Amino acid sequence: MAPVGSYDAIVVGAGHNGLVAACYLARAGLKTLVLERQPYIGGAAVSRRLYRDFTYSNCSYVCSLLRPEIIRTLQLPRFGLQLIPYEGGCTMMRDGGHLALYDNHDALRREIARHSKRDAEAYERYSRDVMRQCKFIKPLLMREPPDPTSFKPRDILELLHLGQRFHRLGERRMYDTLRFWSMSAADFLDEYFESEIVKAHFAGSSIIGTALGPRSPGTAYVLLHHYMGDIDDTVGAWGFARGGMGAISNALGASLQASGGAIRSGVEVARILVRGGRARGVALASGEEIRSRLVISNLDVRRTFLKTMDPGDLPDEFLRRVRNFKIRGSSGKLNIALDGLPSFPAIPAGAPCIRGDMHVTDTVEMMERAYDDWKDGRWSRAPYIDMLIPSQIDPSMVPDGKHYMSVFVQYCPYVLADGEWDGQQRQAFGDTVIDTIARHSPDFKSLILHAEIRTPWDIENEVGLTEGNIFQGELTMDQLLFNRPIPGYAQYRSPVRGMYMCGSSTHPGGGVMGAPGANAARAVLRDLRRMQPA
Amino acid sequence: MSIEEVKSSYDCVVIGAGHNGLVCAATLARSGRSVLVLEAAGQVGGAASTREFATGFRVSACAHLLHLMSADLMRELNLAGMGLEYAAVDMPTTALAAGQPPMVVSEDRLGSEGAAYVAYAARMRRFAAVLAPILAAVPPRLGTQRWKDRLALLGAGWRIRKLGRRDMRELLRIGGMNVHDLLQENFTSPVLQGALAADAVLGTNFGPRSPGTVLTLLYRLAAQASAGAALAQPKGGMGALCEALARSATAAGADIRVSTPAARIVVEQDRAAGVVLESGRSIAARTVISSADPKTTFLRLLGAHFLDAGFVRSVNHLRTRGLAAKLHLALDRAPRFTDLEPASLGGRLLVAPSLEHIEHAYNHAKYGEYSAAPLMEVTVPTVNDPCLAPPGRHVLSAVVQYAPYGLKEGWQHGRQRFTDLAIDTLEGYAPGLRASIIGVELLTPEDIERDFRITGGHWHHAELAFDQFFMVRPVPGAAQYLTPVDGLFLCGAGCHPGGGVMGAAGRNAAHQVLKQVS
Repeated sequence: MAPVGSYDAIVVGAGHNGLVAACYLARAGLKTLVLERQPYIGGAAVSRRLYRDFTYSNCSYVCSLLRPEIIRTLQLPRFGLQLIPYEGGCTMMRDGGHLALYDNHDALRREIARHSKRDAEAYERYSRDVMRQCKFIKPLLMREPPDPTSFKPRDILELLHLGQRFHRLGERRMYDTLRFWSMSAADFLDEYFESEIVKAHFAGSSIIGTALGPRSPGTAYVLLHHYMGDIDDTVGAWGFARGGMGAISNALGASLQASGGAIRSGVEVARILVRGGRARGVALASGEEIRSRLVISNLDVRRTFLKTMDPGDLPDEFLRRVRNFKIRGSSGKLNIALDGLPSFPAIPAGAPCIRGDMHVTDTVEMMERAYDDWKDGRWSRAPYIDMLIPSQIDPSMVPDGKHYMSVFVQYCPYVLADGEWDGQQRQAFGDTVIDTIARHSPDFKSLILHAEIRTPWDIENEVGLTEGNIFQGELTMDQLLFNRPIPGYAQYRSPVRGMYMCGSSTHPGGGVMGAPGANAARAVLRDLRRMQPA
Repeated sequence: MSIEEVKSSYDCVVIGAGHNGLVCAATLARSGRSVLVLEAAGQVGGAASTREFATGFRVSACAHLLHLMSADLMRELNLAGMGLEYAAVDMPTTALAAGQPPMVVSEDRLGSEGAAYVAYAARMRRFAAVLAPILAAVPPRLGTQRWKDRLALLGAGWRIRKLGRRDMRELLRIGGMNVHDLLQENFTSPVLQGALAADAVLGTNFGPRSPGTVLTLLYRLAAQASAGAALAQPKGGMGALCEALARSATAAGADIRVSTPAARIVVEQDRAAGVVLESGRSIAARTVISSADPKTTFLRLLGAHFLDAGFVRSVNHLRTRGLAAKLHLALDRAPRFTDLEPASLGGRLLVAPSLEHIEHAYNHAKYGEYSAAPLMEVTVPTVNDPCLAPPGRHVLSAVVQYAPYGLKEGWQHGRQRFTDLAIDTLEGYAPGLRASIIGVELLTPEDIERDFRITGGHWHHAELAFDQFFMVRPVPGAAQYLTPVDGLFLCGAGCHPGGGVMGAAGRNAAHQVLKQVS
């Protein structure tokens, strides 16, 4: 039944961040409505059946960053969310060599030592140093970034808090932190490792979703993504959601409804309505208008301000900055239904690493060359591939004996230098990826039942992410913290009163983390308290 | 006076008579210290020297333009009085692009981009002015309880704050950005974008899309902000500057010995106690200041065994791979660039026709290859200073990027082809040039390493990047010109604020020595 009347808060877009924000608002007693263009909720955290009884996590494919405090507060396990940690992973090289990652520390050491004894030693230093950076950064994820140009007590206190935390690291580690945040992943890894495959394995997580190569300064900190996981309170763990990534969105949706919030899917917001400098509600594509005191947009900033708002409602300077916000499509995705489990001759039989994320790459150089292709408007001819076969751990996703493979591909451009994305180009891109995998798995091609090929162009059209960028904006220094998304508007608020942002375009950025949604809800609630002193 | 005639004990021994070593020595001598400068080569200047590369043809060996040295420093050391003269000042920059008339990069010559350029240049100048004082001071240390360090940080913060909210936000945003995006935001002309990006990447291991290239651009602009003259050419080449610096040092009482390589730094009771020369002679000193690059200083002259393992690891990891080659041509007549105004020939010419051109040139460098279509900064110094060549003849001097140290195929093998490629590129803009060539020299980073004793042949001694900048330059624990060994200081381009013919490192180091050793 469609809800009627006016609302306290409308959230535009039922991505995971929109749902998280809505949950917090509904729990605070606001009459909250989430509007979603697609007939299903979740945005890029979805499970979809596109081929027979196969469930695809057809956009995001791994759960690592979802904040444990959100899982707890919104009682997601109660609403059906089950997270299953997966163990290890591996990297396969063209020459048949491989590196397997194990949870077991001793096994991992032995495996790295197989490639280089020195690197096995260095790994201890590496994981300690990276973990240290994680510990520094993690508490900042759930805080509103301070505005360094502001003299408001709140901003000054927050800046002092940041400074104090930094200071507590001690001199030596402060320098390490400064360097870590500004280095390239390639340079950072060079400081620890000598073996090409060890470097290539770790470098993988530094480029996922970004329009940068492993040699670009500023990519080292993206390595943290591999370590910031918190599945079952195991630091650094990654996991699957049982039933695919949509299970997260569904649990959030259920939690929202249990708190009294409402969701309407299959309705597209055409305009966010503004009168007298205040948000008043939204107009749907159908012409229907829904009133609300507050509007919170889960869309990326470009889409929010350039496509769903009247430019006349926004200052010119702000619009210029929105246009200058960098959102670049750089990743593609294949979802493949398999007739059986493909074999990977390089991996020893029975090794658990094929239940984790398997990388296909050779060297950091190969990844950098893949990036060079992207810069020139081509998909990588020898791409970096991160693939998972979640059906090994969660058989509920597939019919008996079959498998589902998620293949993340870096790099794939949004705009091609030679022509448009059409069926032929898309197929050629998919073939490149399939051929690359088949080099490591002789029976892979013969097992393919169905393959969904997704370019950034497809992701934009379906999910609504500008240019198909999975983080709703590049994670570069000029677009992080108080610069994200726009200097002066990094605290989830916009130039229009009552209008907020809660997507990954805001601090701390992308990944299925939920932190932007939670932080935005907190900002909204604080403003409400200020407006109505109880 | 030969080395046998110098005293056997000094307050300070400076290793290396490059411009930073000489600035440091002159500053110390003027404060009353007894100073000896040791130079391995047969002349002073290091990489800032003038070199005869073909009979009768002379050229500035590495940097060929003077635009970074602060006017204060030049006055302080009385360089004008010591014989420094300019052959040209305020030289124009002209961007070359195939099939288009050359574009003079100046506020009133850019047509439709003029207004955007005026706004951009004014904003960048405001930022540069705020950052300039940072270059002229010893970087603060983090985490100390000392008010001096805290005040230095607060001072920098306050200057940025004083820009006003709008500018402050913009500076904090673009500070970590890449120059490609910045120029895309501001301009539409590919040639102008290329020319402005060239200044951000010259001498660095970056392309325009590399994050941090706005920082390297601001660095250059900040130094220019306090410089004596925008783009100047010393009469007699860059070597003339160092000769003036040497005269200034000598006039203040410093002894300078060329052809006198230092073999090692002597450490006694955990502190630097002097230097042993390659000849075997020892010279005692309370303070040893090295203008050599950090790897040479710590690993060769000092020795890793005096340092702890973590520090040595940091020094080893310092990125010092040079990317810029230098091409020198002896010409039997003035080159004729198509459609170039006569005034432009005496200025700086850039072959950087677009952002993509530079980025593609850089791509090769990542894989140990040289650029197939390089980026070039060209001057014809004989236009302003005819005495560098025989009458009627000319010299062309070009910085050519990217030509990586450690070329995969080896420079032995690649030298000729890269030289041809660079000359072909120039021939495209100046038809007939090739036929007028009577002498050629290409200095690759490996030649620069050998001739000027700079590890990696990098003209900044160590890559200029966020993680090797300011408080962590060259490495944490040696960023204030101090080293883990008492009495041993650094004063070269490997220190804050870095290279280019600026002299700030030498001067800051001298002030640190004066403060630490009374």
